[in-house]
Formats: sequence, structure tokens, C-alpha cells
Amino acid sequence: MLIINILGLALIGFVIWWFWLYRPTTVGITQGIIPITVENGVYSPALIRVGLGQEVTLRFLRKDNSPCSGVVLLDDFDVSEELPLNKEKDITIKPSKAGNYSFTCQMKMYSGELVVEGDDHE
Amino acid sequence: MKSNGIKSQKVLLINDAGCSSCVDKIETALANVQGVESASMNFAQRTVTVVGTVQDAGLIQAVEAAGYQASIVEQNDSELLDEKDKAEATYYKRLMREMTIALSLGVPLMVYGLFVGEMTVSTNLERTSWLIVGLLTLGIMYFSGRHFYIGAWKSFLNHSANMDTLIALGTGTAWLYSMVVVFFPESVPLLARHVYFEATAMIIGLIDLGLALEIKARGRTSEAIKRLIGLQAKTARVIREGVDVDIPIEEVALDDHIRVRPGEKIPVDGIVVEGKTAVDESMLTGEPMPVEKTSGDEIVAGTINKSGSVIFIANRVGKDTALAQIIEMVKRAQNSKPSIGRLADVISGYFVPVVMIIAILSALAWLNFGPEPAVAFAIVSATTVLIIACPCALGLATPMSVMVGVGKAAEAGVLIRNGEALQTASKITAMILDKTGTITKGAPQVTEIRLADGFNEEEVLYFAASLEAGSEHPLALSIVESAKDKGIEIGKVTGFKAIAGHGVEGLVGESQLLFGNEKLMLDRAIFIDDFIEDAQRMASEAQTPMYLAMNGKLAGIISVSDPIKEDSIEAIKRLQANGIRVVMLTGDNRETAKAVAKKVGIIEFFAEVLPEEKSNKVEELQAQGEIVGMTGDGINDAPALAKANVGFAIGTGTDVAIESADITLMRGSLHGLADAIAVSKATLKNIKQNLVGAFIYNAAGVPFAAGLLYPFFGLLLSPVIAGAAMALSSLTVVTNANRLRFFKASEH
Repeated sequence: MLIINILGLALIGFVIWWFWLYRPTTVGITQGIIPITVENGVYSPALIRVGLGQEVTLRFLRKDNSPCSGVVLLDDFDVSEELPLNKEKDITIKPSKAGNYSFTCQMKMYSGELVVEGDDHE
Repeated sequence: MKSNGIKSQKVLLINDAGCSSCVDKIETALANVQGVESASMNFAQRTVTVVGTVQDAGLIQAVEAAGYQASIVEQNDSELLDEKDKAEATYYKRLMREMTIALSLGVPLMVYGLFVGEMTVSTNLERTSWLIVGLLTLGIMYFSGRHFYIGAWKSFLNHSANMDTLIALGTGTAWLYSMVVVFFPESVPLLARHVYFEATAMIIGLIDLGLALEIKARGRTSEAIKRLIGLQAKTARVIREGVDVDIPIEEVALDDHIRVRPGEKIPVDGIVVEGKTAVDESMLTGEPMPVEKTSGDEIVAGTINKSGSVIFIANRVGKDTALAQIIEMVKRAQNSKPSIGRLADVISGYFVPVVMIIAILSALAWLNFGPEPAVAFAIVSATTVLIIACPCALGLATPMSVMVGVGKAAEAGVLIRNGEALQTASKITAMILDKTGTITKGAPQVTEIRLADGFNEEEVLYFAASLEAGSEHPLALSIVESAKDKGIEIGKVTGFKAIAGHGVEGLVGESQLLFGNEKLMLDRAIFIDDFIEDAQRMASEAQTPMYLAMNGKLAGIISVSDPIKEDSIEAIKRLQANGIRVVMLTGDNRETAKAVAKKVGIIEFFAEVLPEEKSNKVEELQAQGEIVGMTGDGINDAPALAKANVGFAIGTGTDVAIESADITLMRGSLHGLADAIAVSKATLKNIKQNLVGAFIYNAAGVPFAAGLLYPFFGLLLSPVIAGAAMALSSLTVVTNANRLRFFKASEH
């Protein structure tokens, strides 16, 4: 029984670490157009690192026909766009401040993050 | 150019491809662009379809290098919508098929378990038969539930978790445990040798059913936008070299001459140059009466030409037309979220891992403290917790209602810029109304003429209009207009002189004329005593009386006023009936302001307010703790509109200053205000119902599933019921949001 309990608690620890604490490796600093595929419940890549002051185009390609994937929101940039199925949709933004900006579906089940790095004082 | 690995299809329009030999040249030029896989031209349509991994600019350059002009054809909204509908229909069919397969195994199994026999494993025969059932269930998991497992795995690799994760874990656990019982019955206590294949099959089937029904219901939430998109014409009849040519709407260029016949839709925005007609603009403005249009008048895409044939010059095409902008704005607003939904977002983000942890904890609790067969209880409770917790209901609660609410408002001619505006509008406690152009029509008209003995109306109007014909004062214009309306020819004036702050004088024919205020008459010793009382009455009724004297003798008074819109009084009453403090602001003099305020039933008003002071008044009310709505029509109201908690712009028909205000009223009527507030309130109420429902469902469902009620009442939820509940919960939210479609803002 003790072993089972320890296993259970370890499993809980794993869930916490895997889903919350772990920071996945990011897609290296990319310039210009960043292709993002929307499929099977995830954006890939889901973590994108860009430099400050650059114009970034997120080129979404939705391959998933579940309606949840149909809209992408970038709350911080006041962007909400419909993603057509199997067609590219470009969203161009120019972050003016360093920080982490999330992009999600309406229900936050799909989520990704745009990490803007650099010095605020240009 | 760096290839990004994503293939896409692009359509280019080649404007100057004149011969079929161009086809080969253009195709070759495009095919040589790096990343292009294929390029095929349709000469009849002058379009090339390019497949590959390229950027627009590269393609255009290649065509230009070959000696032609190219532009990328943007897909129009209605095509996108058709595609979306088609994709959803396919998805729906797939889900229904998968559901049927899953339930055709799940239902008989469940019936067997309930009424026929125990689903336990003790004899060899039972082992064999359950093994077959287990393999069949695996088949179901593959055919009907594959998408859950793939989604769960992909998002797991991505360190994220979603609904798929929960379903995959729940059904997977039930199936795995059952297979263990089948293969190694000795490893579990006798009482716990129970299989749960029916749960796996039923859950997959029910959730597929729920998703399918949800897609159907979701389709209805975007009805309003579909209707707007449907207003766009598909073709336009352009006059090229004197000949009418029907061309696709995307190819209409600025300054094209376009002919529209009665009964047809106006294809793009423009200005009428020939012909006369009445246009039904109700689809955009909510204004039921057709509007007369003649040379020089603006017409707007999406409205319907009723009576005559007209030719107009396109001045806004494609994404620039008012209709396209409205569609864009409504779409954006529909996808934005009011802050009330933020908490649900935060919760949704943590939801799935938390549920997993609860599932593990409840399994541990059963194993440690539960009665025999503890293993079976632990498995059932963990599975049920995983299945019943539905992040969808929470996540859908807000966006679905906003979608319907914003669309509903658009149908009533109320454009709500975003979810936040919707939320704030529902809480407005004070409404500031600008007078001119908001409460009133903003265009002065001759409202009354009082004649001295021996003069008639035509005569007085003729002389006044002739005298004023050269003046640009709005009051003067109204007199000239009035004369023209009555078919009075305007005479020639000589010796015209403006007397600042008083009026004008001049000679028309043989008559020496003076036209102006009381002071002017007194200065020139014109006898007006019999008329002073009338003039004062007119002034107190918000009119501006002007005296006309001819050859030293009073001929009459022409009174001009900016008439109050027909429905302003009633609309203001509606606001007040909602408990909203209505305040009027105007740059006009106190007397006029007082008269207008009295007429429309406003008690509080500020007169002689300079434009820059308007925003101070907004602040004043805010300082008193009011949530202030500001309604104005002009550019001079912009600072106040921005300062207010919610700015309402009156944009009558065209040239909507969509971006400047939080809410734009497409028709001039103030009923739009009460409508906007009513829709906002109804939407907010709907969101709250959804959120409360989703919270209660999850807050109550999860502990129930974990078995919290078992020690007290001996109740434990079955995983199948949990599956049904999950399927129902998001469907309930979408359905409740759909109820908003039947909301009626007003009867006006």
C-alpha cells in the first residue's frame, strides 16, 4: 500500500512538473515569418522567441477541423482572427515591449507563447 | 528566401494577360520561383493558382519580371464561410458515424450489465468472451476515439493538457484495468474482478455525440455574421468602354462606373453620378424607410436598390467598403472577451492538470480508506473524475454568448466594438447626450412663418431666400432650401451686406431688404411691437426667429429650428425608464437648450459648453460615481467619447467612424442606445448563467465523481453518466447562448 501511495504522489509530482513547471525549449530566435501548425490540440511550435522591436508574422496553418481551433486570440495585441482550414493565415504584430505574450484559442485549450526579448530602451 | 515548410495555395490575378500564349510564359515564370510546386493558369478568369511554400511578394515579382501585372486575390468572406460550413459538415458527419459505431457496442454492453448478468470474470468462458469484447472495444477506441488519443498525446508532448487528455486518460484507464482483469484475474481481489468496457465505449460515443451536437449549435451562433456576409454582392456590372460587363466583385477597381438596376444589391461603395432611386439601407442601419438617392449622393455596398436604375462611381472597394469594415469589426468583437470571462480563462488554463491530480488523489483515498473492492472503487472514481470534469463548458461560457450578443446587436444596427464595451454598456448609470445631431436632426429647417398684413408666404420666402442665397450660414441655408422645396425661384441680390451678429441687408428687385434679429430691427427703427410676443414664444420653443423688413416695413418672421428627431422623446424615456440619468450637453445658448431639454423630457442639461469642455463634464459625472455613456455625432465629441466609460457614436449609414467609439449606432435614432444597453444586459446575464452553470457543474460534479457522497449516502457516479454529463455540459452552454438569438431589443 505504501508503495502505491508513493507512486500516486510521485504521479502528482510528475503532473505538476510536466504541465506547469517545465519550460520547453523554444524555437530559436526567428525573424520575419514564423509558421505555426494548428493540429491535434496544439500549436507547434508553441513557444516562440523573438527580438524586441521586430515585426513578426505568425503564419498559422490550421489542419484540425475541430471548431475549437478555428479562432486564435492574442489578447495583448487585441487580435482575434479566424483560421481557415488548410489555408495559411498571417497575423503580423510588432511587440513594443519585452515580455511573454500568449496566443490561445477561445477556450485556452490550445495555447502558445511568444517570448519577446530585448532591451526596452532602444 | 527561406522556405517555411508549409504548403499553401495562392491565387493571383493577372490583369493584363491579353493572349493565350501568355499562359505558358506566366506559368513558367512562376514555376521557376523557388518553393513553387505548381502553377496553373485559368486564362478565362485571368487567374493563376500557385501551390507551394512561397511569399506573395516573390510571386508578384516573378510575374512582373515576365512583363505582366499581378495581384494576389484575397478570398472573400462568403467563400471562406462556405468552406467553413463545408468543413464543419464533414466533421459533423464523421463524428456522427463514430458515435454510431461506439454506441452500437456500448449500449448492448450496458444493457447486459444492467439487466442480464454480472460483468465479472471468473470462468474461462467469461475470460474468453470478455477478451473478445475488450478487443472490440479497442477497435472502437481506434475507429471512434482515435482523435482523442492522438490529441492527448500531442498535447502531452507539448506539455499542455486539454479535454482530449481527460477523455484519453479516463477511457484508457477503464479499458486497461478491464484488460488486466481479463488477463490476470488473480492479481485483483475477487470482488473487484469487474470489467468496464461498456464505460469506454459509451463515453467515446457520448462525447462524440456531444461534439457533433455542439457543432450544429455553434453554427447558429454565427448567424448574424453570415447574414451580413450574405449582403455582399458577388458580381458588379461595370461599364467598360461603353459596354456593361459583369465582373466578380473582387475585381472592381476604384473609379469604375457601375450600373445597378432596380432590385439589385449595391456591389461596392460609391457616389451616384446618373439616375435617381430609393435605396433600402435597413440591413445596415435598421432604418426601415428607403432613402432617396440622386446624383452626388453616397451609396453603400450591401444595400438594395429599390426603384430606379443608377450609375455610380466606385470610391471604396474590397476590404474598404463600409460593409466589409462592419463585418470585420463584428467578427473581431465576436471573438473578443469581456473581463467577466477572464477568471474562467485563468481557471481553464490550470483546469486539466488539477483534475488529473484530483483523480489520482481520489483513487488513493479509495485505496487507503475505501471499502472492498477498493481497487474497483478507485478505478471507477478516478475514471469518473477525469470524464466528468469538462473544461469546455467553462471556456465556452463567455465566447458563445458574446458571439450571439454582438451579432444580435449588429442586426439592430448597433455595432459593438469589443466584449469590454458590451460589458460596460450593461452597467451604464448616466448617459450624456449631445444636442445637435444627436437629439436633434442637426439640420436646421424653417419651422414657422408669421406674416404681417398684406404679405404672403411665397413672397416672404422669396425675398428672404434671395437675400440669403449667397450666405453660408446654416440658418441661411435652411431658408434657401425651404424656398427651393416650395418651388420658389430665387432672385438676384445686389448691395448685399452682412451686419455681424445681427443679420443681413441688400436689394432684391426694387425692394430694400433687412433680415435679422430683433436688435437689427430696433436699430433701424422698424416697428415690430405686434410681433415681439410671438418671437419670444418661438425662442422659448427652441426656434430662432428672424425678422424680414421690406422698404422700412416688417413683412414677417421666419422661424428656423433644428428639429428634434421624431423618436428622440420616446428613446430618452426608455433610457430613463431603465433608471439611467440622462444629461444633455450643448454648445447652444441656454434658452434653446432649455427648450429642447424640456421638450424631450430631460431635466439636467449644460448649455454653452465649448467642445473642449465636454470631456470635463464626463469627468464630473464620473467623479460623482456614475458609469457614464457619452453619445455624440461629431468629431468635436471625440475627446468626450474617449473619456466616457462607453462612447456611442451616431454614424448614420456611411462614413462610420467605427474605430473611434466603443459602440456605433448605424441609424440616427437614439433608440439604438436603449437597444445597445438592452442587448448588453441580456448578453451579460446570459454569460453569467453560463459561467454559474459551468462552475456549479464542475464544482459539484467533480467531488460527486470522486465519491465524496459515498460515505454518507452510498452514492457513486457511474463513468457512463459522467460521459453523458460532459457531453451535455458544453452543449447546454452553447444552447443557452443560442437563446439570445430570440432576444428582442425593442419594437422600434
